Amino acid sequence: MSGTVVPENSPNPIGESPGLWGDPELQHCIQCGTCSGICPFGYLMDFPPSRMIAALRAEMLKRVTSTDTVWMCIACSACTSVCPSKIPLTVNLMTRTKEELLLAGSIPTELQAALENSQRYGNPMGESPRKRINWIQGDGVVIPILGKDTREVDVLWYVGDYPSYHARVQPTGRAFARLQHALGISFGILGNDENSDGDSQRLAGEQGLFEALAERNAKVFARYKFKVIVTTDPHAYNAFKNYYPSLNISYPVQHYTQFLAERIEVLKPLLKRKVNAKVAFHDPCYLGRVNGIYEEPRLLLSAIPGLTLVEMAHNHSTSLCCGGGGGGMWMDGFQWEKAGVRLSEWRLREALSAGAEILAVACPYEKPRFEDATKTVKGAEGLGIKDLSELLADAME
Amino acid sequence: MNQDIFVVIEHRRGQIADITYVALAQAQALAKETGGKVVALLLGNNASGLAKNLAADSAWTIDQAALAEFASEAYGKVLAGVIKEKSPRAVLLGDTTVGAELAGLLSARLGLPLITSCLRVGAGKYMCKICGGKMMVEGDLPAETVLVAMIPGSFKVEQGQSAKGPEVTPLPAPDLSGLRVTFKQYIEPQTGDIDITVQKVLVGIGRGIERQDNLELANELAEALGGAVCASRPVVDQGWLPTSRLVGKSGKTVKPKLYLACGISGAPEHAETITGSEMIIAVNTDPAAPIFGMAKYGTEVNMLDLMPALSEAIRKIKGG
Amino acid sequence: MKIVVPIQLVPDLVEELVVDSSGAALDRESLRWKLSEPDDHAIEQAILLKEKGGGEVVVLAPDLEGVDDVLFAAAAKGADKLIKLTGDFEGGFNEHAVARAFLPWVKEVQPDLVLTGVQTHNGLDGAVGAIMAEYLAVPYVGYISGVSVAGGKATLHKDYPGGLRAEIEVALPAVLGISSAESAPRYVPISKVRQVMKTSRIDTKDAGGLDLGGAASVKRMFPPEVAERATMIQGSAEEVAAKLAAIMKEQGLV
Repeated sequence: MSGTVVPENSPNPIGESPGLWGDPELQHCIQCGTCSGICPFGYLMDFPPSRMIAALRAEMLKRVTSTDTVWMCIACSACTSVCPSKIPLTVNLMTRTKEELLLAGSIPTELQAALENSQRYGNPMGESPRKRINWIQGDGVVIPILGKDTREVDVLWYVGDYPSYHARVQPTGRAFARLQHALGISFGILGNDENSDGDSQRLAGEQGLFEALAERNAKVFARYKFKVIVTTDPHAYNAFKNYYPSLNISYPVQHYTQFLAERIEVLKPLLKRKVNAKVAFHDPCYLGRVNGIYEEPRLLLSAIPGLTLVEMAHNHSTSLCCGGGGGGMWMDGFQWEKAGVRLSEWRLREALSAGAEILAVACPYEKPRFEDATKTVKGAEGLGIKDLSELLADAME
Repeated sequence: MNQDIFVVIEHRRGQIADITYVALAQAQALAKETGGKVVALLLGNNASGLAKNLAADSAWTIDQAALAEFASEAYGKVLAGVIKEKSPRAVLLGDTTVGAELAGLLSARLGLPLITSCLRVGAGKYMCKICGGKMMVEGDLPAETVLVAMIPGSFKVEQGQSAKGPEVTPLPAPDLSGLRVTFKQYIEPQTGDIDITVQKVLVGIGRGIERQDNLELANELAEALGGAVCASRPVVDQGWLPTSRLVGKSGKTVKPKLYLACGISGAPEHAETITGSEMIIAVNTDPAAPIFGMAKYGTEVNMLDLMPALSEAIRKIKGG
Repeated sequence: MKIVVPIQLVPDLVEELVVDSSGAALDRESLRWKLSEPDDHAIEQAILLKEKGGGEVVVLAPDLEGVDDVLFAAAAKGADKLIKLTGDFEGGFNEHAVARAFLPWVKEVQPDLVLTGVQTHNGLDGAVGAIMAEYLAVPYVGYISGVSVAGGKATLHKDYPGGLRAEIEVALPAVLGISSAESAPRYVPISKVRQVMKTSRIDTKDAGGLDLGGAASVKRMFPPEVAERATMIQGSAEEVAAKLAAIMKEQGLV
């Protein structure tokens, strides 16, 4: 049951669905309620997963779609990972319900802005696509843009929205660039032609938007020769690996922790600077639970001299979501109003309980979310939040 | 065409709009160049009393029940007649929910050129601000009677006021029967909230607040400063603050001693309503935000970080 | 009830505005066209009226890059007819020109109501609605934030500063300048827009040459010269806060 992987190539066809309740997958539900129990916001939903299935069976779709608490779902896949009937609950139930709500015109304002921005600007922030590469200036690291380059590179580095535009996540990108240079990898980025991977938009109910963004990215990928797509973003990794192929966009893809773990023999000798700290690794939902990648990040952390790895109470497949998935990254106001708590705050308390001095992350949503939480959680002011790439780059001299 | 400058007086419920005084000040400056007179056009119902402090040479008043409350149909009919007959050098209006309506009607009806969003005219030229304040436009003032809808920025309200007052002449109104637009009533804004126009210190918040619960930070800061929180349109549109806190073209105009603009870009609809502030301090992560052109001091520190730090710093000063 | 919504595209302010080599206009290459926000509200208000009382909504737009997507999105929201006007819009246009270009197609529909955004951010010569109303010889009311229709009359809420509104009655047909619709413009999923692209058609009409009369000519366009830019205070949040607090104390504000 741990490490359940989302079925490969399972898109959500629009316009041909016989309706939520007609989905054969959902009919395997035995109403055990484990999904609703493990859901981080299940207690706030009018229809947490098991109740939602019961309501759909009773043909109460209208009742379900007249509530808005499904927007509390952050697509963390905890429900999917524990379902004894192995129903892909996140994708086939929660996301499908969000789709119905979108079609009915029910959508939190914040999310509407993120979706419209994604469509128009290729990023949910609403920043100009022409400014997507502004982050590469300065800092002394050379970050090649593939541009008109037709030679083959080892790595097509898909950067993503947050490492490109968000000030607090940009250091992750620069750190990864330094690591690639140190390992002698030939790489390049897509530059301003890169579009959002769209995975969180997909999980927020916008399959059409996901496909439109994928089409744009596919055109750009097709221009270049490369061995593998590597990304620092588990959501992008998930999209490229599990959903792009059914759209006829198929490339080898790795999360950067896999890529670096493969090269640990060459990397380890470069990590000379000691990091004398207790470090807890937060398993990102879309790296760990959804895609089964748990050991590579830990292998990398263990290679840093002086570093002590500690585990939080929820770890590996039970990792507690930071709250950013499924559109959660863009619905903080809405979710805060309903919940009065933030998952990122719970997680920091766990990190502190585990004795961590640094919380290591490997997903671009996490740094800003956890850093914000250090300002509101008592005792967390001194807790360091670092992306794995930053810890590794800092350990190089 | 004579060289007089006409100014359409915008008033509502016994109050003259500030922009009207700005337009009068502009008219005075322009009339000096053209050698003409400044004529205030005051339409209303028994409104001639409002003429007394206008900085104009003459005030022509047209009083009629149908003109008691503004409607461009009735006002347009009267003004079109007067402008056509008298053929002045220019007609100035405020670029407002009243003036803009009238200006378009008059331009199309009389076939006269219209310049809106105008900062100033003079020396045969006009200067306007467009594209959310990001672009300035300049050109020659057309040779024929020109309609100009003004925005604040170049003249102070006091420059349009005069203790002397103009010579008042009543004019007859044309036939105003068969009107298709009828004023019914005013709908008051939500009450029960504080009046931000009388506050000495205002903490203005814009999109940079990001989400509703960050309002707490603004409230805290306002409290530390002994002031109140107000906002630009995006915040009020979200319902995070009532419309009584809206500062902007369709909200309130404020003149505090201190306006702390946090996460506000400074686009004209907001900017023009805070120009009366004695001091503006701007907090915005975008160094190109127009607000920095209006502010005395500024910082690029994120408002979400600055507000709590500033609250603390002020409490220290007050306490220590 | 027949409603026509003439809309406009304006330069997207998210992109940097660049002045072209003539020094008097925006550089077309770096410019990206976007639906003017008040027009987005006009479309929404029209759809709301149609949902309440039935009727037909016709959307009219100039042929500029991206217009097809805008029109199909309107259809996905419920617009019945889409008309695109070809003409030399790329060569430059103003509000008077647009009003004149739209006029024959608006007249052809014989609408009860014309809803249009009350202003565009780059309109130097007034608002299309006010001008068009004159050409149509019908009344115009602008800065509307609420519309209801009954018995050949429209009851409107017109915005005044300070949150004040006026309730105004207008005999139809009339032109209304919309500030904001009664509810925010709805979201349309991309899948729905794509579906609509298969079933809807955009009628193309030729506007011919544009008559730009009614506006002053532009000699120079330039970014604002900040007369006296703010004294910028550097440092961390704490450092800046301390300096600002000191300044405020000095000014007697604390």
